[in-house]
Amino acid sequence: MDTKQIQETIQMVQEDNFDIRTVTMGISLLDTIGGSVEETAHNVYQKITNYAKDLVAVAEQIEREYGVPITNKRIAVTPVALIAGQADEESILAIAHALDDAAKAVGVDFIGGYSALVQKGFTKGDLALIKSLPRALTETDVVMSSVNIASSKAGMNLDAVKLMGETVKAITDKSDTANAKMVVFANAVEDNPFMAGAFHGVSEPDVVINVGVSGPGVVKRALDQVKGASITTVAETIKKTAFKITRVGQLVGSLAAERLRVPFGIVDLSLAPTPARGDSVAEVLEAIGLEQVGAHGTTAALMMLNDAVKKGGVMASQQVGGLSGAFIPVSEDAGMIDAVKADTLSLAKLEAMTSVCSVGLDMIAVPGDTAATTISAIIADEAAIGMQNNKTTAVRILPTNGAKVGDMIDYGGLLGTAPVMPTVPASSAELINRGGHIPAPIHSFKN
Amino acid sequence: MIRAVVTVVGQDQTGIVAGIATALAKHEVNILDLSQTIMDRNFTMSMLVALNGSEDFNTVQAALKEAGEAMAVTVHVQREEIFDTMARV
Repeated sequence: MDTKQIQETIQMVQEDNFDIRTVTMGISLLDTIGGSVEETAHNVYQKITNYAKDLVAVAEQIEREYGVPITNKRIAVTPVALIAGQADEESILAIAHALDDAAKAVGVDFIGGYSALVQKGFTKGDLALIKSLPRALTETDVVMSSVNIASSKAGMNLDAVKLMGETVKAITDKSDTANAKMVVFANAVEDNPFMAGAFHGVSEPDVVINVGVSGPGVVKRALDQVKGASITTVAETIKKTAFKITRVGQLVGSLAAERLRVPFGIVDLSLAPTPARGDSVAEVLEAIGLEQVGAHGTTAALMMLNDAVKKGGVMASQQVGGLSGAFIPVSEDAGMIDAVKADTLSLAKLEAMTSVCSVGLDMIAVPGDTAATTISAIIADEAAIGMQNNKTTAVRILPTNGAKVGDMIDYGGLLGTAPVMPTVPASSAELINRGGHIPAPIHSFKN
Repeated sequence: MIRAVVTVVGQDQTGIVAGIATALAKHEVNILDLSQTIMDRNFTMSMLVALNGSEDFNTVQAALKEAGEAMAVTVHVQREEIFDTMARV
């Protein structure tokens, strides 16, 4: 019995906010397509409530036996546009409600996959889904949505970029907070357990368990032990810590899969912050040596952090997947909020950081009068970074009607509070209104 | 057989080991290893135990929590694998 190891493990949970952020069950909906949209919606409800009926109870029992909190239990499903080819923007809402009802019936926190993949063009179902988003996201409570508008292989669908800018604004007109439930992707991954972007890719098995671990607090404490040491030591310390965190994810995921009798998919070893102090990626970056996140050097520190997290996690798990790295949402991270308030962290710097983080511009509040084409242009910039660098990028942006720069907007719970940030006032309308398709970058032709 | 680690932390006082051990015995839990020390005037104890009896994990966990509360100490019961997993591949 190694008491030092026991104490270290207990400290990680009790003092450093270590948690398994989510156990996410991926469920294929490809066999639920019925003769009508209503029939499909009925089948969707039946399949989810059947497959996921024990998910929450099993996760809670694991939590209890092993003493590691599992913060969220979630479900990810096949992108709904794929099973709604015959739907229009009205009738597809039946499926959104079926997802919401099924998720509530089995007691999960969120259900993701009200999604469309339109990087190369739209089907009828894709358009129906996107146009239904303002209603779908405000008439349901726990349904999460994502739309993939670009990939390194297919290029960028600028018509979709334009449409998503307009959609974000249309959602804002119905609710100040519903945009927190939708993310616009480039190079979306098919096994991501994190929200809002989780969906169950078409190449996935019928059902699978994926796990997302967190733990910026644990990394921060480890870095506090190596103050003044060289950056080589810092990278090594992060790697070792990520290893330990991921091992717990591996254990919890394999236990959950075994007890639910479904295959175990991947561990997503992301440093995902929560609004709680001490559970912040910004504080990790500051522990590396920045007075405040956003200072010059932030991109370098983040690159090293993201890479070291991946390297530490790869050995610790049978299969690493999802987004894996460091998330940099603003509203969900106390240190990021402080830096924006202090004018240390700008939208431009955040964009630079997304070229080396694991996702993108996340949970950023902007004024309600931001033009739709400006939002589209922010999405296009972000997608271009992803396409060119073969990485996932995403935009989850939150315009709020009546809000001015500096106002604080509260999204509730894990979604946190965001200060409204300024965008560049010069117009991008002419670029966005061109429409069409940005071709895939030359280095994508690898075959 | 389930192996678990029991950790006890709290203000030192007479009878903590006896209280926890009695609760364990009552639920047919065998103590395999035990380590106890005083750190910063806090009593800390780790025990490796085996649940041999028919009672399930949840019952034993609840009983130990109750025993801990009676002595104003914090008791955690966690399955052993969590501690092994973190340091080994």
